[in-house]
Amino acid sequence: MKVHTYEKAFLIAGGVVLLLCGSALAYATFGMNMHLPGKVAQIDPMKVWQTPPFTSPGVHKTGDDEYDVVIVAMAWAFMPAEIRVPRNAEITFIATSADVIHGFEIARTRVNMMLIPGQVGRLTHVFREPGEYLLICHEYCGMGHHTMSGKVIVE
Amino acid sequence: MSAPMVYDPGGYELDEDQKRVIRWTIYVGYIALLAGIFHGLAQALSYAKIDILGYFPGLRGYYQGLTAHGIANAIIFTFSFANGFLPLMTARATGRQLLRSLLWLSFGLLVLGNLLVIYAVVGNKASVLFTAYAPLKAHWTFYVGMALVVVSTWVASANMFITLARWRREHKGERIPLLAYISVFSYAMWDMASVPIAVSFLGLLTPWTLGIIPKIDPLLTRTLFWFTGHAIVYAWLLPAYVSWYALIPRQVGGKLISDTYGRVTFLLFLLLSIPTGLHHQYTDPGVSPTMKAVQGVLTFGIMVPSLATAFSIMAALEMGGRANGGTGLLGWIRKLPWSDPSVVAQLLAMLTFVLGGATGFVNASYVMNQVVHNTTWIPGHFHMTVGSAVAMTLMGVAYWLIPYLTGRQLWKPKLGVASSWIYTIGILIFARGMISAGLEGMPRRIYRAKATYTDPAWDLGGILTGIGGTLMFIGIALFFVVIAMTVIAGKRGAGVPADIPFSETLAPPSTTGWDTNLDRIKLWVAVAIVLIALAYGPFFIMYFPARFISPGFTGF
Repeated sequence: MKVHTYEKAFLIAGGVVLLLCGSALAYATFGMNMHLPGKVAQIDPMKVWQTPPFTSPGVHKTGDDEYDVVIVAMAWAFMPAEIRVPRNAEITFIATSADVIHGFEIARTRVNMMLIPGQVGRLTHVFREPGEYLLICHEYCGMGHHTMSGKVIVE
Repeated sequence: MSAPMVYDPGGYELDEDQKRVIRWTIYVGYIALLAGIFHGLAQALSYAKIDILGYFPGLRGYYQGLTAHGIANAIIFTFSFANGFLPLMTARATGRQLLRSLLWLSFGLLVLGNLLVIYAVVGNKASVLFTAYAPLKAHWTFYVGMALVVVSTWVASANMFITLARWRREHKGERIPLLAYISVFSYAMWDMASVPIAVSFLGLLTPWTLGIIPKIDPLLTRTLFWFTGHAIVYAWLLPAYVSWYALIPRQVGGKLISDTYGRVTFLLFLLLSIPTGLHHQYTDPGVSPTMKAVQGVLTFGIMVPSLATAFSIMAALEMGGRANGGTGLLGWIRKLPWSDPSVVAQLLAMLTFVLGGATGFVNASYVMNQVVHNTTWIPGHFHMTVGSAVAMTLMGVAYWLIPYLTGRQLWKPKLGVASSWIYTIGILIFARGMISAGLEGMPRRIYRAKATYTDPAWDLGGILTGIGGTLMFIGIALFFVVIAMTVIAGKRGAGVPADIPFSETLAPPSTTGWDTNLDRIKLWVAVAIVLIALAYGPFFIMYFPARFISPGFTGF
């Protein structure tokens, strides 16, 4: 199979770019410890309020500078809708949906996951800057979707 | 325009009757596109906080319009076009007629599917957006109608496979003509890719919405959707690639540089388009990060055929530009036929696709995806791929295809050229707005004009989205004027293309050696199935049994 010189050079250059980008991603994942949501736990979406930890939504201190934030999403609100956490602490968001698929995004952070009925989502984040952050449902969940938001206040 | 390098195959006539069915199949797509762009305009303006929904009689909500926009423009328009275009290309490349019965059957299923979906969407019984994530529950006519549209694509595929098989029986030992090869591979990929969505819509969601099964598994149906859902973007893109590979070189007076590379590109799409869907679910809980990473790597693999395409097409364009008298490093660009509306639309489509591809690279990138997932970055990206690279290519093809199918001259070609430029300027402004606001966290799929929250950092992006979207609407509206006037009032006779402008390659395909293995379609389909099983098998093995846990919700 004859390959033109320029085409070969073009594809090699492209391949090198792909490898470099792939390496950067591998470094972000393992070197910088950035992880995607994975398998945490499965629950019955009809019994969310009776299943720990969703029996007590809110902020729970779990150690020195470590907090769990338990949130339930439902059409069309987050429960609780406002949370306060300290900066530079390790915040673990544990969330699920009580009805349809919702989104869980804290604007301008890496906190971004889907909330799927029956699945528990978990993400850890450290807020370095104090201030008020928007918590947004970013997946269509019905006619009130654009009213579904909350606040994360970092002190 | 002189095209001295191109051999004119000539002497082929498609039956008038077959032309008529193909024409009407493609008209179905144009009618859908026309209906969808009004909603697109309303949604773009909503991002600029301008609410024109009140001017849509009969519309009961923003998300009803958003559902209509996605289905009409991304599904019905694209597949109606492909259902007509790809079989036509196969027929022309093999110099045969298609099967009349299958043409009509495919058209009939497409129309029936459309009627069911229109009934559901217009009645606000299916405002679930085109992703249709359960447990949001639509009326059964929605799922069955969508499934019928899929089946219509299978029938169109069967027409192509049978036509090609008959040709091969009569031409033992010959290579498949390139145009037929790439057309058939496009739909062969889609046929495999569309099985999961058909299983989900007909096997799970329809019985659920009819009450036969009381509850549904939200993660399973979502995963089945994306099993099809990434490959679907290639099913939209590949008909455009068919035009870029096999038609555009001739339209600009050049040739395709390598027959083998054209085939290898489409083969890689066949193999890699499908086992990549999990990169749409990077942020899903309940899916193992290892499986996401494996498919993330395969997603990087599928960028290779697009890189190869960029080289091949640019080379063909340069060859054409130089044949027309272009000199110097970039002088050939000026010598491309910039007054031909069909060429201009597709050149501009390629330009936007460079940006669409580059932004897609970010979406595909494992952890970086978390910065942009479900923000307006995503529609910013895909309006530069399906919303312009594909849409403008299909418009560009229409400028010769509609005259070819109707026997009427194109009405005011200059207006067609203007349409493409206006649309391109529009999409660049629109995408700049969506992408920059998306980086600031502006969510996609929201009725922003009525949202109860906002962020000042989104305002500029929102305004650009509104301005760009308006220009896109004007651009497409001009396209419709040109096409409608061509169909109604175009002059008959001279200036109507008598044949399809397909090109040859610099060197003919070799009939010996390793290259001939590229034509072993069944073998490659088998390899693709193995790859899919490896990429998705572990997920399903670990996932099953399915968890039917969610009742339906209809809060729309």
